[in-house]
Amino acid sequence: MKLRQLAHSRTGDKGNTLNVSVICYDPQHYDHLLAHVTPERVKAHLSDVVKGDVTRFELPGISAMNFVLGRALGGGVTRSLALDAHGKSLSSALMDLEIPEP
Amino acid sequence: MTAALNAVTQASRVRIGAGAGYSGDRIEPAVELAEHGALDYLVFECLAERTIALAQQARRANPELGYDPLLEARMRAVLPAAVRNGVRIISNMGAANPLAAARKTASIARELGLSAMKIAAVSGDDVLDVVRQGTYRFEESGDSVADYDSRLVSANAYLGAEPIVDALEAGADIVLTGRAADPSLFTAPLIHAFGWAMDDWNTLGQATVVGHLLECAGQITGGYFADPGFKDVPMLARLGFPIGEVDADGAVTITKVAHAGGRVTEATCKEQLLYEIHDPRRYLQPDVVADFTQVRVVEVAPDRVRVSGGCGTSRTGTLKVTVAYVDGFIGEGQISYGGPGAVARAKLALEIVRERLEITGVATSELRFDLIGIDSLHGATLGERNAEPYEVRVRVSGRTDSMEQAVRIGNEVETLYTNGPAGGGGVTKTAREVIAVQSVLLPRELVRPSFEMVEA
Repeated sequence: MKLRQLAHSRTGDKGNTLNVSVICYDPQHYDHLLAHVTPERVKAHLSDVVKGDVTRFELPGISAMNFVLGRALGGGVTRSLALDAHGKSLSSALMDLEIPEP
Repeated sequence: MTAALNAVTQASRVRIGAGAGYSGDRIEPAVELAEHGALDYLVFECLAERTIALAQQARRANPELGYDPLLEARMRAVLPAAVRNGVRIISNMGAANPLAAARKTASIARELGLSAMKIAAVSGDDVLDVVRQGTYRFEESGDSVADYDSRLVSANAYLGAEPIVDALEAGADIVLTGRAADPSLFTAPLIHAFGWAMDDWNTLGQATVVGHLLECAGQITGGYFADPGFKDVPMLARLGFPIGEVDADGAVTITKVAHAGGRVTEATCKEQLLYEIHDPRRYLQPDVVADFTQVRVVEVAPDRVRVSGGCGTSRTGTLKVTVAYVDGFIGEGQISYGGPGAVARAKLALEIVRERLEITGVATSELRFDLIGIDSLHGATLGERNAEPYEVRVRVSGRTDSMEQAVRIGNEVETLYTNGPAGGGGVTKTAREVIAVQSVLLPRELVRPSFEMVEA
């Protein structure tokens, strides 16, 4: 199944760094997503865009994870040649990640 | 103010609305809030990272400009209802010239027949001279700022709540700032209304949560959220902007005007809570290091979500400064292809432009070739997995040292009309100077905020 069926997401930008949240619709799926939406998988899935490290922060209180993606904005929002210089559309790419059924 | 007087004037609950999430945002939702929101404060956050550099350039061209281009339209639309309902306004629409913004607002108020208004202009964020005199390095690149000296446009420190609180204590009906931390525009009226101490780190941390949730306006009431079939949002063309009902301990209920479009749910609040956050344990602000990891989000009624549990630790010794500088030029051209073979023709078009830029000697330090509809957003690995699209748009962009070179990039896309693959249409081309930003950390004692009151 697609990650989109269990979670929702929003992307934010700062300089050349992106953050992408992954928020469970149902808190019961949090541990399942922790196991399968790892920094390694996120980096591999978004490899064309993310040139730096991927760090995951956990927020169990709201059944959410926050991924911080380094060197993901073509040198930074203000100087990037990219069409989506802010990387705002990247949350939708992550929602396409294939995960096992819980 | 004495402690006794302070206790008498302290509020038990404050209603604070967000009237804009960025400079160009819709204006009617702010009017709706001023009229029907039963607000104490209405805050407009309008200053993106490099907006202030563009404003600084405008001020150099005309000393009476340099504030937000929509200041006049917003004030004309909002002031009558705000004054009628006793709503005080706080905004960073002062941009590079808060004093001129305050004078302009005063003249608008007089034109509207509103008198006896006090408008405060907060200054002190402009630290270009301080940065120039020091030996600082950019946080992002590690480069010495001195090496950029001839290209520097502006340097502005993120001010905290204190000068805004001071202006409110002095009776300001409207406070206009330049660069201030976005959440501080919201924490300041709360500090003023509740009399919080500036070293009450946990309360300031929760206040930061409130400001962070509200600062992007419609992004918490269902804007930037809808995904049909998964996350449906009603009436986005009439999206209502948010109201925070804040208690004396900082806990907030996020809601909206009942008849306005959009929705406020746990999901909308959680998405906004993590927007532009890196380490949720350490969200660095001028007045506090906020910790979002203990935050609780509970829907207590339809379109009413309670958010509490934010905390914090002591502020750092530095303030973040955004430094803007001229960073060359970007030229761009686009053209579309449709129908059978569109992708093959678009790829041929990219090859032709790539070769033309070489043949004609266009000097670029970086070039990018996109197929909009396939790989422009997330790259080819994800983009080429699906069936061929019916139509595709070619995009070529490049970085140059001169405007003349930048213009030639778009021109080489345009000449595809008569020299390129069959059926290309809809060329657009642009060339622009780039203002880029990086940041510097400045010892906070080198930044001296203050305010000046203008009376209408």
